Amino acid sequence: MAKLRGRGYASVNYPTGMNLGGDPSQALIHATTTGTFVVSLSSVDLGQGIKTIAAQCAAETLGLPIENVLVDTADTDTGPHCMGTFASRGTHRVGNAVIMAAAEARGVMLEVAAEELEVDAADLETDGTGYIAVKGARDKRVHITDLALAAHFKHGRTISGRGIYLKEPSTPVPETGEMDPDSCQAHACTVAVVEVDDETGVVEVLELFNTYEVGRALNPAMATQQVEGGAWMGVSHALFETTEPYYPARDHGPRDFAGYLMPGPADLPVQHSLLLERPADNGPYGAKGIGEMTANAPIPAIANAIFDACGVRLTAMPFTPERVLRGLDALRTEEPC
Amino acid sequence: MPSQIVSLDVNGERREFIAAPGATLLACLRESLGLTAAKRGCAQGACGTCTVLVDGRPEAACLVAVETVAGSAIRTLEGVATGGDLDEVQSAFIDCFATQCGFCTPGMIMVAEALLDRDPDPSEADVIEAISGNVCRCTGYRPIVIAILEAARRRRERAVTR
Ligand code: FES
Ligand code: FES
Repeated sequence: MAKLRGRGYASVNYPTGMNLGGDPSQALIHATTTGTFVVSLSSVDLGQGIKTIAAQCAAETLGLPIENVLVDTADTDTGPHCMGTFASRGTHRVGNAVIMAAAEARGVMLEVAAEELEVDAADLETDGTGYIAVKGARDKRVHITDLALAAHFKHGRTISGRGIYLKEPSTPVPETGEMDPDSCQAHACTVAVVEVDDETGVVEVLELFNTYEVGRALNPAMATQQVEGGAWMGVSHALFETTEPYYPARDHGPRDFAGYLMPGPADLPVQHSLLLERPADNGPYGAKGIGEMTANAPIPAIANAIFDACGVRLTAMPFTPERVLRGLDALRTEEPC
Repeated sequence: MPSQIVSLDVNGERREFIAAPGATLLACLRESLGLTAAKRGCAQGACGTCTVLVDGRPEAACLVAVETVAGSAIRTLEGVATGGDLDEVQSAFIDCFATQCGFCTPGMIMVAEALLDRDPDPSEADVIEAISGNVCRCTGYRPIVIAILEAARRRRERAVTR
């Protein structure tokens, strides 16, 4: 009886966005009288971080500090339309819509600044700290707080912008099925190192090496969060989670957290994660979506590692001790020693 | 059994309210006192997101009948920050990216507060043990463990410089 080590890998290519009906999302942006740019969205942040990404895209495009951006996702009844947060589309669709809206707002901001400073808008630049200044004459400048006030009370202008991202709709060619289903694809590979106890059938994931090509990681810490949180979920699906352990009989199915097993903080593999950046030409600042794909590659990687460790080829999840032991038994009957 | 008036010391303030018999501490905090940081995840003691401190001990507020803790000192996440200043655990959670959807965060932070109150220098194993009754679906736990260790370090550092 022994603990057997194995290593396996799996790769995934994952589409960003879908393309039925063009999969659009909108963004609106306007400056308050004190120079806060409110980005209105109907996109929902459920922890994946779209509000942060939208704020980063708006700040970068406006040329203003991120503190000047407020993202409002409060109400899908009154907000500009979003198809939803699915298909790993949020960063790509919403990011692009926000950039378009912020670019229009920036244009107005520079026009109003040109009036205020009595110069040509083309001669103005933002410095990222809140000032709009004349290129080459940095002391001729106006702060966004003063400018937004002046726009409202003096110039009668709204500093605002509209944005939408719509991919050209594509339907399948009936003869071939050919279509253009997504906007870009992110790629990933996971290597799993496992230990299989051939007496108990317990599989332990010791290490995961995650490599993700994500276009551009707009926020590398959050991208890593997605990768490693997703990998945890992958491990959980691979080894623990099922609502129907004896499908189609539902008799022993878990009903609650007490019976629905997931790995806890003491069962974690060591994770090593690497982000590769090859900007996508249609992505916001080159970004692709990586939300959903992160739970995928660990599962087949673990299955392959189990095979490498003990020769058992499992095709049904989760890879429970029972399944491992049945697999080991089958191997022993095949080749009696 | 009739409803009764229950008095608690909540985050340093004496609060009185009427509780139906068997009402849970969680329901009273959320519905009678409007303190909604503690969440109702499972209502059966298995997820930990309802954790509050009862006389310094972390408890699953969904399992506590409020009349059994009448007169106790209750600490909830609302009582952790001082004015607008986050404490070390809260700020370490932000800095270490230890939260995604945030549903587990109130319970995780309260468990961490209780741990650091009794042990300012916990080992990684102590932290894991402390949060082992709290479910997180998003982070994979690792960033939470790191954040709590970081909070402990910051709190020790502050204790030295004070
Ligand atoms: S709600 Fe109390 S432990 Fe889940
Ligand atoms: S951050 Fe979502 S459950 Fe922990």
